Amino acid sequence: MDRKKTDGLVGLFVLAGVGAAVFLALRVANLGGVELGDAIEVRARFDNVGGLKPRAPVKSAGVTVGRVQSIGFDDKSYQAVVTLSLDRRFQFPKDTSAKILTSGLLGEQYLGLEPGGDSAMLEAGSTISMTQSAVVLENLISQFLYSKAADSAPSTGASGGPR
Amino acid sequence: MLGMTQHITQLGQSVREGVSNTGRASRYLLRLLLGAFRAFGRPRLIVDQLHFVGNRSVAIIVVSGLFVGFVLGLQGYYTLRRYGAEQALGVLVALSLVRELGPVVTALLFAGRAGTSLTAEIGLMKAGEQLAAMEMMAVDPFQRVLAPRFAAVLLSMPLLAALFSAVGVLGGWLVGVPMIGVDDGAFWSQMQGGVDFVDDVLNGVVKSLVFGLTVGFVALLTGWDALPTPEGVARATTKTVVVSSLAVLGLDFLLTALMFGTR
Repeated sequence: MDRKKTDGLVGLFVLAGVGAAVFLALRVANLGGVELGDAIEVRARFDNVGGLKPRAPVKSAGVTVGRVQSIGFDDKSYQAVVTLSLDRRFQFPKDTSAKILTSGLLGEQYLGLEPGGDSAMLEAGSTISMTQSAVVLENLISQFLYSKAADSAPSTGASGGPR
Repeated sequence: MLGMTQHITQLGQSVREGVSNTGRASRYLLRLLLGAFRAFGRPRLIVDQLHFVGNRSVAIIVVSGLFVGFVLGLQGYYTLRRYGAEQALGVLVALSLVRELGPVVTALLFAGRAGTSLTAEIGLMKAGEQLAAMEMMAVDPFQRVLAPRFAAVLLSMPLLAALFSAVGVLGGWLVGVPMIGVDDGAFWSQMQGGVDFVDDVLNGVVKSLVFGLTVGFVALLTGWDALPTPEGVARATTKTVVVSSLAVLGLDFLLTALMFGTR
């Protein structure tokens, strides 16, 4: 076969392969999109992180402003220590509170930030003190059952003993 | 008593053969790797082989990738819908392609499409005494024939696997979004949230490189060792498909256990 034709065809093949790899990197794995330009690390302590995972989004007002870096355990206070990296472009007040929320009924868990009113801002290495733990289904059900039992106890008492 | 001694002798012989075959195979693998490295001094030969093993495999890879993506989209949707999680279709399709199906199915197709033709070509060259003729002319057939082919296989496998995965993701999107009606934004954003570049995409590339090495090595060595008869070449071609497919599947288990096992 013609030399030039072979070269051209092989060039096309290599370009297609490299293009596919770039597509996988940028469109599928979102390389570059997830990277936070310049991030500060902040910590938050939780009684229970539920199903939160490293790399889960940190959102404020529904907009992703950072990512969960790592989740550790403190054996002094028996709490989970969540390290998050926040985009430096966004400044949050010192009394910002963090909540673990779920997107949808069965969706992924993420960290929600609710800004406070302090004039000082969160800096690298500071700790978010106001946190709300993840909702654990079993606790929710037992709470519900206890409150049901508490509601129905006086009414059965009034009607005169157990049936 | 005599039968007993014979059995023991046979056992010893087969063990010795196995050990020396392993040693010989490792020697050839090293020689091929070195040769492939040196073959870049003559890029012309590699480009010709890239056309032979790479370009000619594109059609089968793209079509298979598209259909695998279609099927993943449909099957994934029917399963995920039971749990009300059809939004996660993108992650499912992308992870299964990038981590497993892309490298593995590409390697299996590649063994069938390119591996066999490499074996048959070299076997027939040997049968036609072309390799012996080269040696007569002081041309090293190993360096002139085998090394550029090996280099081309190593280069084209990751490219083909990436092509397979990319086309498969598009196939899954075609079935999931325009046909079934999964939300377009959720499809891509869940995929981008769930697929990691280093853990998933790069590990897939590493897998495809290892599989390329396996398929190329098996195909070339089997051709080189083929009996120089029509029957010998036919057997060698079959052996290439069987051995390289089994090796790819076995290695895939090992690599998966190493890469993703602890998570």
